[in-house]
Amino acid sequence: MNGESQRIEVTTDQDVVRVRQLVRTLAVAVKLSLVDQTKVVTAASELARNTLVYGGGGSVEAGPVDNGRRKGIRITFADQGPGIADLDMAFTDGYTTGGGLGLGLSGARRLVDEFDIATAVGEGTSITVTKWCR
Amino acid sequence: MTLSADEAARFAALLEEHEDTLVAAWTDRVATSLRGRLSQAELRRQTSELRRGFQQALSGAAQDLSAESAAELRAQLSELSTNRARQGFSATETAVSVIALKDAVLGILGDGASLRDYVAFSSFVDEAALFTFDSYVRVREELIADQAEQLLELSTPVVKLWEGVVAVPLVGTLDSARAQVVMERLLQTLVDTGSPYAIIDITGVPAVDTQVAQHILKTVVAARLMGADCIISGIRPQIAQTIVALGIEFGDIATKASLADALRYVLARTNKKVR
Repeated sequence: MNGESQRIEVTTDQDVVRVRQLVRTLAVAVKLSLVDQTKVVTAASELARNTLVYGGGGSVEAGPVDNGRRKGIRITFADQGPGIADLDMAFTDGYTTGGGLGLGLSGARRLVDEFDIATAVGEGTSITVTKWCR
Repeated sequence: MTLSADEAARFAALLEEHEDTLVAAWTDRVATSLRGRLSQAELRRQTSELRRGFQQALSGAAQDLSAESAAELRAQLSELSTNRARQGFSATETAVSVIALKDAVLGILGDGASLRDYVAFSSFVDEAALFTFDSYVRVREELIADQAEQLLELSTPVVKLWEGVVAVPLVGTLDSARAQVVMERLLQTLVDTGSPYAIIDITGVPAVDTQVAQHILKTVVAARLMGADCIISGIRPQIAQTIVALGIEFGDIATKASLADALRYVLARTNKKVR
């Protein structure tokens, strides 16, 4: 990751709002279009809330990226929670264990360009997403 | 290190004997740190009151701030920090008003004073300063809590738009607490006005994620149970695309791009002519 990345500990609902504000600021700074800004902010909001609700809190690190041709924004969400036992199930639209709509994880994947997830039961989950400028 | 009864009595005598010099030096130091934001006369009044508080506490042989004779002093300190916090002074500027006493006392101490005495007295003042600090933080937290509550009240109005049409313009972040307030207000207004239509306008909501959508959907369902129809307006292009990508379905709930569209739609359904 190049450029300055910033880190926010997510332990309360207010922290999710701070993550959203940080991501919006970064998205504006790398000149994402308005639609892409909204998409990446919404994805960050979903994933940060997952970190809080299912991961029991964790941290979010966000910063600009540049692969030489395009600029973008990369965000990593990490928690030391219970992990995800069945990834296929978790990515199914409408499946939830927490009373939500069951669209957060799968929806977030559709909102970004790159989506990497590493999870192990009992060890936590780490998700890295990237959104590139078009 | 705490004050012995002996030391406390000595310092009480000292505070009384050098009252004028002490208050002047003390006021001076505080005034420097506040850079003229409080008048000299006001500061002088505060410091001489505090001096009296300290003297009273010490002559009552207070060994620390929790002593009974220090009750008056504690009250003065919390009043001081309340005022400072409300007037917008920083925590440092507030604590300095108390800590400056140490310098002032050092100035009037004769050569014969023992270091041990001064350190004991100094730790007593430190305790007072920490107490001030604590009350300052408490007052600020109360202020913030009050403001958050006011903001919650402010940010969720339900307005009557037309005969039989109420609207809820949502602005900002829609968390669970606000969603609850919005739902309660809306449902109550529906009963009070007997309106068959409610418009929820989300123009001012920066990002609609699944949680926001779920809150809105629940509100709509609740309103329907009461026999009112809900229309969601203020769906901007970027929000529409995000909602589609997320896979959120609003089902058969009517959605419109602007509040004006929503109102026109409702009026058309109720066959009212707009001139």
